[in-house]
Formats: sequence, structure tokens, C-alpha cells
Amino acid sequence: MNIGIYFSRHAQVLVGSLGRLARQPLASFMTMAVIGIALALPLLLNVFLQNARMASGNLNDAFDLSVYLDKKADAGRAQALAKQLRLRGDVAAVHVISADEALREFRESSGFGKALDTLRDNPLPDTLVVTPTLDAGTPQGTESLRAAIAAMPGVQIVQLDTDWIKRLQAILDVIRHAVMLTGALLAVGVVLIVSNTIRLDILNRRAEIEVMKLVGASDGFTRRPFLYSGLWYGLGGGFLAIVLVTVGTLFLEQPVARLALLYGSGFRLEGLSSVSMLEVLAAAAALAWAGSWLAVRRHIRAIEPA
Amino acid sequence: MIRFDQVHKRYPNGREALAGVSFEIESGKLAFLTGHSGAGKSSILKLIALIERPTRGQVIVNNRNVAGIKPRGIAQFRRQIGVVFQDHKLLHDRPVMDNVALPLIIAGTPKREIDKRVRAALDQVGLLGKEKSRPLELSTGEQQRVGIARAVVARPALLIADEPTGNLDPDLAREVMQLFKRFSEVGVTVVVATHDVHLIESFDATRIVLSEGRIVGGAAA
Repeated sequence: MNIGIYFSRHAQVLVGSLGRLARQPLASFMTMAVIGIALALPLLLNVFLQNARMASGNLNDAFDLSVYLDKKADAGRAQALAKQLRLRGDVAAVHVISADEALREFRESSGFGKALDTLRDNPLPDTLVVTPTLDAGTPQGTESLRAAIAAMPGVQIVQLDTDWIKRLQAILDVIRHAVMLTGALLAVGVVLIVSNTIRLDILNRRAEIEVMKLVGASDGFTRRPFLYSGLWYGLGGGFLAIVLVTVGTLFLEQPVARLALLYGSGFRLEGLSSVSMLEVLAAAAALAWAGSWLAVRRHIRAIEPA
Repeated sequence: MIRFDQVHKRYPNGREALAGVSFEIESGKLAFLTGHSGAGKSSILKLIALIERPTRGQVIVNNRNVAGIKPRGIAQFRRQIGVVFQDHKLLHDRPVMDNVALPLIIAGTPKREIDKRVRAALDQVGLLGKEKSRPLELSTGEQQRVGIARAVVARPALLIADEPTGNLDPDLAREVMQLFKRFSEVGVTVVVATHDVHLIESFDATRIVLSEGRIVGGAAA
């Protein structure tokens, strides 16, 4: 058999198996829908997870360190430190709030004006607000920046409240693992669904398979239409999964945007990229192919003419 | 062409279908296997087509000892044999054209060649023009002839038929037998199992008469 015939035979079987599925549109659609839903669930979760990670990343970037200087440090110390810090590669900006400014601000905003007048000295220290660069905005980066600043002379306290970000990221990590587990289980589910569908298909066409074997069809030849049916189930299911995820993202886009606005963020939910869509199709096709392979390997061999 | 040498066949249920059968059918001959049902006719055909394997003894088909054919080689082996069944075993959801073309599609014959050879095979059985019909639209006799066209379309050197006239009236049955005779005249070895001894009386053919798994009579052509 030459190569051209080989490929045209495969193409024929590929189209033929699609035609066979099209002749039972409802049953075929149901199988594809089950695959689509099974795949859409972890995908949708994953989309949210990716978005949450991106959003928490943004929060991290916006995080500043408050550096309180020693009360005993001399007046020029704050400016000198600010100058020194601005030279660092991991610092984006330094804002100096002198003790006097801080007191004035506090007097205005707190309503303790009278009480504050009774104080002999200004109890507030000079303060620097240090913004890390984007690259240094990770928990590790800010942590090392904190340590470096704390070691500088004249610095009393460096306040860095990254604990909640760490917790958030730990939670996201737990969710990520849960999504992976769900995804793995549902992937096995897809393999089994397709395997069972193809198994029933094989049993329904038992007589036909017997005839084919009697006139000299190899196992490979007999398997081919079933493997291609599996491939179509997978592609159909993958396509439905993409549709479901896209619809799901659109559905949640508005509420998420409102929520982001309340946090003063312009954050927008991102759906599947076109590369991810291709990956979903490829993964669905591969899983379904594996499922049909499981079925044909066992059941086609078992059918022998008698 | 076909040689059985002290062949025994015992089925898993314990039934002994063949008990030491030996015979030889020469290349290009027509041979009839006769006997009552259960005499072992079908078992002989199944051993030839490698649907079953002998329990003991040697089966030689096309100068090959079938014992040497591994499961992977069975498909290739069957392509040299055309098989006709009593119940035709046609695929009812496909037109006559596709049914007859099946062995050629399996063998990977080019499309143009397939059309030509299917038409030639249908012509031989007198069904040219029925390519697009579905098997169930045809009469029983026509369905059987579609089955025969499928068996000969790949031009096998050996044609075997199990009770091919079992469901046909006497005139149709005679026609079908004459068809087999014509194939043998052009060099195909034809083995037909039938219980209808009257039908084959007038044919010049090798006869093997079976009873309870043994050869009890026969005549060379």
C-alpha cells in the first residue's frame, strides 16, 4: 500500500467516523457535553486561580515599607537615609515624612489637637515610606529589603505587614493543588467515559466487526474507525469546554469588575488565551484517544468470528 | 492446494467434530463436502479459514501449514480466501457497492481499481446495476450473490462456501452452484459444504462425504 493511499484511507475513515457520529446527533452531543463539562470545571477554577494570583501580585506591588527612625537620631539623618535608599536597585521611591509634618497631620486628622498641645516634645519619629520596585515586590524581595533597612544606623523599626499576603498566597497555593487534583480526577473520568462509549459502540457493531475480520481485516484496520470516533468525541468535548469557560468568564466579568472597583483596582477578569484554547483541544483529544484506545484494545481483539 | 492429514477437532465443550480426517483437494478443482448437519462440514471450512485451529493433525492451505500462522498473520492469510456464508453476512447499513468493495478496501486497493473490480464481480454474479441498492432491498438469492461477489472480488485462489444454497429455492440454488463451477473453471479452488445431495448430482466435482466427523465416502472428479 503506498503512502498516498494510506493517508487517503485514514482521511476517509476520519470523515466516515464523523459522519457516523452525526447520524446520532443527540447521543454524540451528550457524550461530548459530559466531556465538555468535566473539562470545563477544572478549567474555570484554573482561570480564577490565575486571575487571583495576578490580582494578589498587583497588591504586593503596591505594598510599601514604613521606616521609623530613632528619636535620638539627628535631624539630617532622615534625608541622608532617603538619599542612600534611593540608590538601591530594589527601591522605586522614598517619601520622607518629618516628625513635625507627622504631628501636624496627626493633629488635623485625629481630633486630639488639644491633648497634643500638652506634650512637651513631639513623640513621633521621622518616617520614611519606601516603595520597592516591581521586581523586588515579592514576599522574599520585600523581606530582604526590610532586613537591609533595619540594619542601617538610626533606624528603629521597619514595619512590613506582608503576613496577610503570605497567607493569601498560601491559600491560593492550596487551591491550586485542589484544582490540580480535581483536574486529574476529571481527566481520568473523561478517559473512562470515552472508553465506555466506544465499548458500547463496538458491541453494537459486533456483527460488522466479525464480517470485517472474516474478509481479512487486521485488528488495526478494525480499530481505526473507533479510535477516530474517540478523537471526535474529544475534540467536540474540548470545544464545548472552551465555550463553557468563555461563557462562565463573561458571566462573572461584571461582578468581578465591581468588586475590583471597590478595592480601587482596575483589575479585569482574563479568560482563556487562544494558546490555552488550543491546549485544551489537544488535551481533550489526547484523553479521548486514550479512552478509545483502552476500549478497542480489549474489545476488538475479543470479537472473533465463530 | 488443501490437504488435511489425520485432523482431529474437539471443541471446548467436549464435542468431537472431526475424528481423524484426511483428504486432498487439488488446485483449481470444485469440491463438495456433504453430510448431515453436525457431520463436520462447517468444522472443515472453519479450519481452512483459520476461524478454528485443529486439535491434532495437519491442515495445509495454499502450501502452508496453518499451524505456523500466528494470530497477527491471520488477517493476511484470510485475504487469500474468499468466504461465502449461508446467511450472507452483509452489512445492511451500506450499499451493495461498499459491501462488495470491503475486501479491496481492507487490502488497500486504489479507489479507481476498486470501482472497476466491484463492477466486474457484480457482472459475474449477474447483479451489475445494483451497486447503489441496500442489501435488504434485494431478494434472498440476490443477497447471496452479493455475498459471492464480495468473496471473489479480491480474486482469491481459494473460495469456500458454507451451505450457500440453504435459503434458496431449487432454481436459484442451481444457478449459484453453476456460478461456483464457473469459478473453478477459471482456476479458483472452490470448496462448498452442502447437505443437498440432489443438487450436486449433476456436477463434475470432487466429493467428500462426512458422517460424525469421519469421511465415509467420496469420489475424485
